[in-house]
Amino acid sequence: MSAQASVTAKPSPAQRAMRFVLPVIVFAAGLLAWELVVRIKDIPPYVLPAPSVIVVTLIRDWAVLSQSLATTLLTTLEGFAAASIGGIALALLFNQSKWVEYSLFPYAIVLQVTPVIAIAPLLLIYLEQQTAVVVCAFIVAFFPVLSNTTLGLNSVDRNLAGLFQLYGASKPQTLRFLKLPAALPYILGGLRIAGGLSLIGAVVAEIAAGTAGAGSGLAYRIAESGYRLNIPRMFAALLLLSLAGIVIYGVLAVVSHLVLRRWHESALGKES
Amino acid sequence: MSAAQTSSAVEASLTALAVSLRGVTKTYDNGVMALGPLDLAVRKGEFISLLGPSGCGKSTALRLIAGLSAPSSGIVRVARHEGPAQPGHGIGFVFQEPTLMPWASVRENVRLPLKLGGVPKAEGRARADEALASVGLADFTDAYPRELSGGMKMRVSLARALVTDPDILLMDEPFAALDEITRFCLNNDLLALWRTLGKTVIFVTHSVFESVYLSQRVVVMTARPGRIQADLRIETVEPRGEEFRTSAAYSDYCRRVSAALAPSYSGQSTL
Repeated sequence: MSAQASVTAKPSPAQRAMRFVLPVIVFAAGLLAWELVVRIKDIPPYVLPAPSVIVVTLIRDWAVLSQSLATTLLTTLEGFAAASIGGIALALLFNQSKWVEYSLFPYAIVLQVTPVIAIAPLLLIYLEQQTAVVVCAFIVAFFPVLSNTTLGLNSVDRNLAGLFQLYGASKPQTLRFLKLPAALPYILGGLRIAGGLSLIGAVVAEIAAGTAGAGSGLAYRIAESGYRLNIPRMFAALLLLSLAGIVIYGVLAVVSHLVLRRWHESALGKES
Repeated sequence: MSAAQTSSAVEASLTALAVSLRGVTKTYDNGVMALGPLDLAVRKGEFISLLGPSGCGKSTALRLIAGLSAPSSGIVRVARHEGPAQPGHGIGFVFQEPTLMPWASVRENVRLPLKLGGVPKAEGRARADEALASVGLADFTDAYPRELSGGMKMRVSLARALVTDPDILLMDEPFAALDEITRFCLNNDLLALWRTLGKTVIFVTHSVFESVYLSQRVVVMTARPGRIQADLRIETVEPRGEEFRTSAAYSDYCRRVSAALAPSYSGQSTL
């Protein structure tokens, strides 16, 4: 949740440039060391492939890997959408009725604290594989949305709530004009966590389905390549998964920034 | 017409009460008695200050008048608008904090009461702009609250309270958090607005000087549970301005109000 630091303006342009340059230098140095060690020690690719081999594999197997990437991303997106809608809807329901909240909240927690990797095999028995994978992504990702939205809806300024009461606002008006806008920064924070988690959920379910499943996602490729000792392809698939995670986070961070930039403290630069 | 004429004309008629409280008490759920019993009558068009130590229930009294909470006993009567029902029941409320929606522009903040009351958008915007102009913020309609200074935010809050054209304006220590220069400036602007608009103003403050400078009547309250300690009339040449603030009459009134307030403070120390 401390990711907002990256948006905060820095004192000097040189320092800002270094924030981007330094990690790149570290990354390049790491890759170089990796490449050198593999070449000097003459390590075979099925033990540890050199970065160059991984890149070559990525390009050569692009047809297979890109399709797997699309499958995993689609699953993630479906899980994320379900988690967002479900989490926000449930939070709104909780906010409208304390009784519903008391009745259901413990189960939301149970669902959250039970490791998804343990639930996945069961889901795979009862549900079609594609559905099971989406459900896994949903289970992992919906709780942060639910709890953050609940927190947001409950942290409405008391005086503003009094003002709405004074002017005779109806429940839908209060929700639309007061509670939802006030909760928006919290909701967006929850969505940012949910984005990464739904990818994890999708991958976990694919791994659980393993080669027995008919899936073709990136995690399935990793498991499959593992059995075939196709280590370079495992690394290539891992690389794509990692990139997918970064892109998902980046997109959500940008959306959050664009939505909040006019008014919320988190999106403001040093000028305020 | 001068304010003195208005009040004498109003005194003649008993029906001209804007707000009346009869034996009003407020006890909180935790058993703390915050207020009362309190009897208070405010005439239409009167500017009255509720003055008292912090925690004496003056804000509670204001919330009862606004209908934001219900009295534990007693009767709160507020004169309603004649004619069609207005959003806000003819009451404007200015909180201690500006209480603006940070996600909405200044214009949208001021338009809120009208929007909640179902006033069409174009008309609401025009009236919001008008209210903002009356508090000297015509150039800031599209700004966001965070871009404004503390005094300007308070002006927006005042414009929002005025936008429904209420009969009664309730103000809960509105200028307490501002620096003295801004506060003096807003005091003068508030007096000018009150003179032109002729609203009933109930102004809660803990500043003796502010209450004497602004109001026709200063009601001094005791420490918790808040009751009326003294009811003083401040009579001077209208319109008031800086020369009143530095006059001997002003300091004399301040001395009398402070003296009336003293028992509340000594009472508080025994709590």
